[in-house]
Amino acid sequence: MTTFDRPDRRALLKGAAGAAALAGIGMPAISRAQSDVIRIGHLVPITGFLGPLGEYAQMGVKLAVEEVNASGGVLGRRIELVLEDSVNPQTGSAKAERLIERDKVAMLIGEISSATALGIGQVAQRTKTVFINTGANSDALRGQNCNPFMFHIEAANSMMVTAVGQYLKSEKMISGKKWYSLTADYAFGHDLFRVAKKFVSENGGNFIGEELVPTDATDFSPYLLKIRQARPDVVASNLAGNQITNFIKQYAEYGLQMPITGFGFDTAVAWGAGQDNFSGIWPLIWHHLVDNPSSKRFVDAFTKTYGKPPENQAWGDYNSLKLVAQSFNELKSTDSQKLAEHLRKGAKFDILKGREGYFRAYDNQMIQEMYAVRAKPAAKMKDKWDIYEPLGTVPEAGGDLEVLAPPKDGTCKMPA
Amino acid sequence: MQLLFLLEQVLNGLLVGAYYLLIALGLSLIFSLGGIVNLAHGAFYAIGAYLAVTLAPRIGFAGAFVASPLLVAAIGVIVERLLFQRFYRSDPILSLLLTFGLAMVIEQSLRMTFGAAPLPFSIPRELRGQVLLGDFIYPRYRLMILGVALAAVAATWAVVYRTSFGRVVRAGVQNPEMVGALGISLAPYMTAIAALGIGLAGLAGVLLAPISGVHPAMGAEILTAAFVVVVIGGLGSFWGVIAAAALVGVVRGLTIYFFPPAGEASMYLLMALVLLLRPRGLLGERIQRFE
Repeated sequence: MTTFDRPDRRALLKGAAGAAALAGIGMPAISRAQSDVIRIGHLVPITGFLGPLGEYAQMGVKLAVEEVNASGGVLGRRIELVLEDSVNPQTGSAKAERLIERDKVAMLIGEISSATALGIGQVAQRTKTVFINTGANSDALRGQNCNPFMFHIEAANSMMVTAVGQYLKSEKMISGKKWYSLTADYAFGHDLFRVAKKFVSENGGNFIGEELVPTDATDFSPYLLKIRQARPDVVASNLAGNQITNFIKQYAEYGLQMPITGFGFDTAVAWGAGQDNFSGIWPLIWHHLVDNPSSKRFVDAFTKTYGKPPENQAWGDYNSLKLVAQSFNELKSTDSQKLAEHLRKGAKFDILKGREGYFRAYDNQMIQEMYAVRAKPAAKMKDKWDIYEPLGTVPEAGGDLEVLAPPKDGTCKMPA
Repeated sequence: MQLLFLLEQVLNGLLVGAYYLLIALGLSLIFSLGGIVNLAHGAFYAIGAYLAVTLAPRIGFAGAFVASPLLVAAIGVIVERLLFQRFYRSDPILSLLLTFGLAMVIEQSLRMTFGAAPLPFSIPRELRGQVLLGDFIYPRYRLMILGVALAAVAATWAVVYRTSFGRVVRAGVQNPEMVGALGISLAPYMTAIAALGIGLAGLAGVLLAPISGVHPAMGAEILTAAFVVVVIGGLGSFWGVIAAAALVGVVRGLTIYFFPPAGEASMYLLMALVLLLRPRGLLGERIQRFE
């Protein structure tokens, strides 16, 4: 990890003044004017309902920097991270701008909220700085809001839906089945539900209930009673963050037996629900049981450093930093323009999965395999991390990776 | 059939009311005696939940159920002695700022100690399962919460209205100068009431940890709802809080039945309505220093 051996007091003071002026909370973790390092900016929400994921994101990216620096750095220079709490869309964009203008970062990694990612993406385009989105799922970021400097290692909502949908189809949970969905009542939930409903309807299922749940709801009992009365075949969650934890816990409390599934998901919320409560089939972009050597090395290193296995959010930030370091070395340059061109030309990367991933030029989405997991029977869970078993990989070996990607429907028009 | 479903939501709403009651009762108690609007109440609730998660594997859920509220109450004693005591007579804005800061310090400390990710915690096996009455369903655990909430209300009522300790406390609410003139020092009573109120927040934390996510911001999540309940009931009113908690639970349940997106907004609309028609709240008394 990067440390600062002789903090420059003036720079620190300026940092504090800048943070205050921008109405942001906190100061950059590291701020030092020096040219023998390559600085990379990292932005994620650390507080609020996405905070748990932000914490994993920082752990992932820090581990990647440690490893890159330990193996000689990039072009003989060390990588120095500048970590920021993106807080909300306004603060996130302001901090992105400051990282680029004042801290002179080579590129940006991070973000989880789709609204904030949109703002950072616009800053990236204006300043011609590469931004790799590691956690925002909205399809619109890959569609009408796409731009040549914003890349997505994170899956779009439609990719999550298609990935878990394959398994729901083979488990005969869609065709002719009655669905009941709970959807987080904000942009992310609406977007996810739209894609999910399309998939389920096209495959012969129908919705007998579609409820919107305010994001500040912590008690789900009135919804659970309605579900029980409606007697659906499948209960689907389009909820977000800590909401999913509360929902899974109370679903178990009310003893409802209908199978549950969901389209947006992160391992942290499943671990948070606990061994006795977790159930259902869920999509994941990556999980700590993915069976290949590079993935296992990452899980071991992460567990050794932080005392717990990595979450899928940590995977995104870890790999983004790694692939940028690799690209800089291959390009023999840290120029953002060159990096964007290199990534858009389809360079392939080991992203700890069975097959390599690449960004497709149409919308800068990383094309990659994905996974679904199923809750283990409670008796078979060994500890609090061991609560799901992999259902396999989508697409199956030899299949076209692009079947998962959002449709090339022409909504993304890359501005030159 | 429709009517039956409605009745089910009403009864469930009463059960949910117990959940609001546990959180709001202590808030109301601390406010009525010292006039302190405790914005850190949710943070103490979170401490209660984290203590439960930490202690339960060592001393069992029953042990944690007893120990956590007591430990939180002990923290309450320290906080009251060091901080609250200096603000009873001052501008309410000062205690608002103090408790707001305290809430942030506690939330951040929990994040630094336990991490931001939610910690797993489940209902103990003995308390799992549901009770079916005809077509109605009640989780056993929620019925237990209702029982504990009612017991906590009864015990608090007995302490405040049926003991000599309570008489001094009530006299202190009415007229602190006169109590002082009679040669009674109010300070230890204030400490005890703050400890009781904060201990109740800890109790709510233990009881709700198995059915909601245990994460650092869990206190901020429930604080607003607790305030709404206290305001609807009438600032400082004991029975008002109970009536308001039940009312909020039922209104929320019915709103979710008919129009789910307004589920959480319903309690704020209810509060606006009550304040328009009856500014002092359902059962609030006129408190001189606020009028």
